Amino acid sequence: MTIASALEMALVAVVLGVAVWTIAARETFAAVEGFVAYGLLLPLVWVRLDAVDVALTEGAIGGGLSGVLLLGAAARLRPTETLAAAERPGEILRLAAAVLSATVAAALAAGVLFLPDPAPTLAPAAAANAAATGLGNPVTNVLMAFRAMDTMLEKVVLLLALVGAWSLAPDHLWGGHPGPRHQADPRGVLAFLARLLPPVGIVVGIYVFWVGADHPGGAFQGGTILAAMWLLVMMAGLTDAPPIGHRWLRPMLIAGPVVFVVVGLGGLVVGDAFLAYPVAYAKPLILTIEVAMTLTIAVTLGLLMAGAPERSAER
Amino acid sequence: MSAATVFGLCAAVAVGLGLYGLIVNPQPLRKILAFNLLGSGVFLFFGVVARRGAAAGFGGDPVPQALVITGIVVAFSATALAVALLLRLFQATNSATLRADAPASAGNDPTGA
Repeated sequence: MTIASALEMALVAVVLGVAVWTIAARETFAAVEGFVAYGLLLPLVWVRLDAVDVALTEGAIGGGLSGVLLLGAAARLRPTETLAAAERPGEILRLAAAVLSATVAAALAAGVLFLPDPAPTLAPAAAANAAATGLGNPVTNVLMAFRAMDTMLEKVVLLLALVGAWSLAPDHLWGGHPGPRHQADPRGVLAFLARLLPPVGIVVGIYVFWVGADHPGGAFQGGTILAAMWLLVMMAGLTDAPPIGHRWLRPMLIAGPVVFVVVGLGGLVVGDAFLAYPVAYAKPLILTIEVAMTLTIAVTLGLLMAGAPERSAER
Repeated sequence: MSAATVFGLCAAVAVGLGLYGLIVNPQPLRKILAFNLLGSGVFLFFGVVARRGAAAGFGGDPVPQALVITGIVVAFSATALAVALLLRLFQATNSATLRADAPASAGNDPTGA
């Protein structure tokens, strides 16, 4: 294993500096800005750890979507800031929290320093079974075949989160448009970018999904880019978020999990187990699931970002 | 010290910072932020374990890497739900405090409740 370079040391210093800012900043909005910077720097760490698939996901979801979501919330919650200052805990509690946090961090650091050597790994097993799926990207192999159950359940979690957010709607607004209607200067930069970027972004999103079979990328990363393009158009006020009672919305939201479960049950009938793909059809089946998943991820993420219904469908 | 070890120590500090912020910052949004920081530290641990497990021509063990990708998406789902709950609380009570003895205010709840 290589010795850490000056670049990596500097990267860690900057990441931790931004992390401290995120916790210590006085203004919530400033803290969120710190978090966005943190989320955009973290992918560099992931690249240095040779995990480009994770770097793409972290950058798109951890830095991009979470950042926009939290910035929006911070802006709306700004009136509550002055009251919150009075709720700051006393010195004793803060000291106790600092001692506890330092202890946890020290224990984890000790765990890192005394990790077993040689490290346990499943990489040889993943390499040995790669031929069963016909995909070249080992991470996609794990996500879509070796641990497909995790990925399927994760789709269900996304759906549950959206159901949770929607169920916060007041009764008379059920079926209405989520979130506030965004307004932007129709001749401003945002509206200009919202017209310029989506054609490019949609191609990039589909490309990232498609190359995920053999190279870093995949359904999550591609779907997130597609969701980001939709969000950009919504935030520029060029289009409104659809009312949650809209007819075509529900089929798109459940397409991913449903196709996944159907293929899984097919494995029970034809193959040996739930989610067992017949070897001859493994790649087409995985691609079918991924197409449905990409669509579902893009729509679900876009609607999760838009939030709970706040306006009735008629307006 | 190897690069993976340095990033592992970075992860430990991120978890510590997140935990501290989670306890000390009174605003719910700050707690959500701190929890995300804590979570990203945990994910980074997986990355370090994956990097150390590099074998069979891969730069890292793909199993922990795939688990992290799933984890990031689940963490985002939870964050989005938490933010939606918080905004609804603000709408209903016109404040965003977690104190049990918070003074009730008129609020601007569209339901009129």
